[in-house]
Amino acid sequence: MSHVGEILEGKDVCICAGSGGVGKTTTSAAIAAGMAASGLKVCVLTIDPAKRLADSLGLKELGNEAKRVDPALFGRQGVEMRGELWAMMLDAKATFDELVARQAPDEESRDRVLGNPIYQQISNALAGSQEYMAMEKLFELHTEGRFDLLVLDTPPTRNALDFLDAPRRLTQFIEGRSLRVFMRPTGLAAKVAGRGASVALSVFKRIVGFDLLADLAEFFNAFSGMVDGFQARAKRVNGLLADPRTCFLVVCGPQGEPVDEAVYFHRKLVEAKLPFGGVIVNKVHYPAEKLRGDGEDLQAALAEKLGDDDLAGRVAENFADYQALAERDARNIERLARELRTAGTIRVPYLDEDVHDLAGLAEINRYLFASSEQREAIAAGRA
Amino acid sequence: MVFVTGKGGVGKTTVAMALGLRAAAEGKRTIVCEVAAQENASRFFEHAEVGFHEVEMADNLWAISIDPDEAMREYVLLQLKVRAMRDMLFRSRIFTYLTAATPGLKELVTIGKIWELAQLDRKVKRGRKYDLVIVDAPATGHGIGFLQTPRTFAAIARVGPIHSQARELDRLIVDHEHTGVAIVALPEEMPVNESAALEHDLREEVGVAVDRVYMNGLYPERFANEESERLGRLAEGEDGAVRAAARAALSEHNRARSQRAQLARLRRRVRAPVKTLPFLFEPELGVEAAGQLARRLG
Repeated sequence: MSHVGEILEGKDVCICAGSGGVGKTTTSAAIAAGMAASGLKVCVLTIDPAKRLADSLGLKELGNEAKRVDPALFGRQGVEMRGELWAMMLDAKATFDELVARQAPDEESRDRVLGNPIYQQISNALAGSQEYMAMEKLFELHTEGRFDLLVLDTPPTRNALDFLDAPRRLTQFIEGRSLRVFMRPTGLAAKVAGRGASVALSVFKRIVGFDLLADLAEFFNAFSGMVDGFQARAKRVNGLLADPRTCFLVVCGPQGEPVDEAVYFHRKLVEAKLPFGGVIVNKVHYPAEKLRGDGEDLQAALAEKLGDDDLAGRVAENFADYQALAERDARNIERLARELRTAGTIRVPYLDEDVHDLAGLAEINRYLFASSEQREAIAAGRA
Repeated sequence: MVFVTGKGGVGKTTVAMALGLRAAAEGKRTIVCEVAAQENASRFFEHAEVGFHEVEMADNLWAISIDPDEAMREYVLLQLKVRAMRDMLFRSRIFTYLTAATPGLKELVTIGKIWELAQLDRKVKRGRKYDLVIVDAPATGHGIGFLQTPRTFAAIARVGPIHSQARELDRLIVDHEHTGVAIVALPEEMPVNESAALEHDLREEVGVAVDRVYMNGLYPERFANEESERLGRLAEGEDGAVRAAARAALSEHNRARSQRAQLARLRRRVRAPVKTLPFLFEPELGVEAAGQLARRLG
C-alpha cells in the first residue's frame, strides 16, 4: 500500500478512527506533523492529547481555538518544517454552546436552552454529543478554509461506529418529534397518538417523576426554533464526511479485538459510502528474519558468540516469545488486509519507547511516510 | 461490588475475569457483569453465549451481559404489576422514545440491575445470591459518568420513584464497605497519566473507594544492564538469526526498563496500592490467560 503522504494527496480532511487504546492521538499528531513538514498548512484537532506530547509541542494552554506549534521546535529536533503545524483541543461542551448560540433566533431562546438542565446533561454526556461536536468543529474549520489539511483525532468511543452514528442520534434526539406530538395531549395529536400513548405518558410520569418530564418538554420547546437549523447543518456536516476530498484512516492494533473492530468499522464506512483511505496498524511486532535451523541451533550459536550459556538461553527464550507475537500479528494483519480487500496495511512497529515528543513523532513518520519495502528495511535495522 | 475500569485497551475484561476466577476459587459465589451495548461483546462472553441471563462459567463463577433495553424491561416488570399495562407500554413507540430520549436512563437501569444482582434478597424470581459482583465497567471518561449516573439522575428527577431509587443507588456506590473500584493501567505514559487522573476523580468527584490499581502487561526483566551492552555489541557484529535475537533482546530490555519507570511513576501518583500483572506472551487472551492472571492475583 502507498504511504500516508500519497493517500492524503489532494485531500482536505483526514479522519483517524478506531477503538480506544490503539494510539490514535499519537498517529493523528504524527500524520499532521508529517504533512506539515512536506509544506502544507495543517491543523490537528485532538480530544485528549498525552500531556507530555502537548508539552513537547509547546501547547500547554491548548483550547477550543487552533494554535500554531512553534516552527523552531522542529528545527531543534532535526525536522525540516516547510509548512505550518497547528493544533487544537476539542471542547465538546463549548462547541455545543457556540452552536446553540449561532442557531438560536434570539438571545432569550439561547439562554433558555443553555440554562436547561436537560441541555446541560446532553451537551456533556449524551452518547454521540462529543463525537458530533468533533465533526461540527471540523466542519467549521473546513468552512473557514484557513488550512490545507485538517486531521481529526476522533473521540475514544466505546465502539468505533458510535462516531459515524453520532449526527443521526443527536439530531433525532433534538427533533424530539414523537415526544412533542404527545406533549400536547389535548389536540389532534392526542387522537393520533391514541390511548396507548397517554397510558405510556402516565406510566412514564409515574416512573421518572413529573419534573423530569417538564424539563424535557421545556427543553424541546426551547429547542424547537433551532431544529431546522440543526438538521440543515447536520446534513452539511455529513456531506463533508462523504466528500471525496475527505479521507478516513482506520487506526488499530495488531491483536484480535482491535482488528475485529477495524474490520467492522471499515464495513460500516463502505455501507455509508464514506471515503476509506487506508489502515494503520500500530505497535506491530515485525517478524524477524527467517530462522535458519531450529531454536537449539540458535541457542548454540548465541552461546558460542556470547560465551555465556545462561544469557544465551534467555536471549533464545525471549526471541521465541517475540516470534510468537510477530506470527500472531502477521496472522491478524493478513486477515485485516483480506477483509478490507486492501493491498496492504501501514504497519508501525512496537517501538522501544513511548512516543511523547517530536522526535518520537518523527520516528513514527519514518514508517508512515515510507514505502512498504522501506518500512521492512527500517524495522529490520538495515536502513 | 467491584467496578473494574481504566483507559480503553488496557485489558479491563481480562482483569475482571481474573478477579472473578480468583474470588470463585476462594469459594465466593461470584458473577462477572459485562455492560453490553457499551463495548463490543468481549471474546470471553462471545464463546460462552452469555446474554441477559446468568450463566455458570466455572465453579462458583457466573456471568451476565447487561443489555440496557432488557434491563429497562425488567425494571418496568418489577415496577408494574398489571400485565395489560406492561404490554401496552412495551408496544408503545412513545415509551421507547422517551426511555431513549432521557439522558442517562439506560445507564441508570444498568446500574440498577447490577445493584439487583448484589442483593441478598433478589428481586427476580429464583435469583441466586452472590457474594461478589464484578463489573467490567466502561472505559475512563465514560466510566466516571457511568458511576455518577445515579447522582445526576437523582438531581434531574427531583421527585418520583426513580428519584429515591437513584439516591439509594448512589448511596450504595459511595459506600466504601460494599463498593470498590479497581483501576487497570498499562506501563505507558498516557495510561499512567489517565489512571492517576481517574483515581483522583473517582475519589474526589464520585466519592467511591479505589481499592487497587492493577499495572497490567509488565514485561519480565530478563536482562541486566551490563548484559544489554554485550547484546548491543552482538547485534552490531552479527547477522541473521543471531542478530535478530540480539535485537529482540535489546528491545525487550528497553521496554522492560521504560515500563519499570512508568510503574514507579504510577506508584508515586496514586494513593491505592498498586499490584502488578505480567505481560502474557499468548497469541490471544482468553479464559486461559485470565486463569493465569488469577493465579498471580493471590
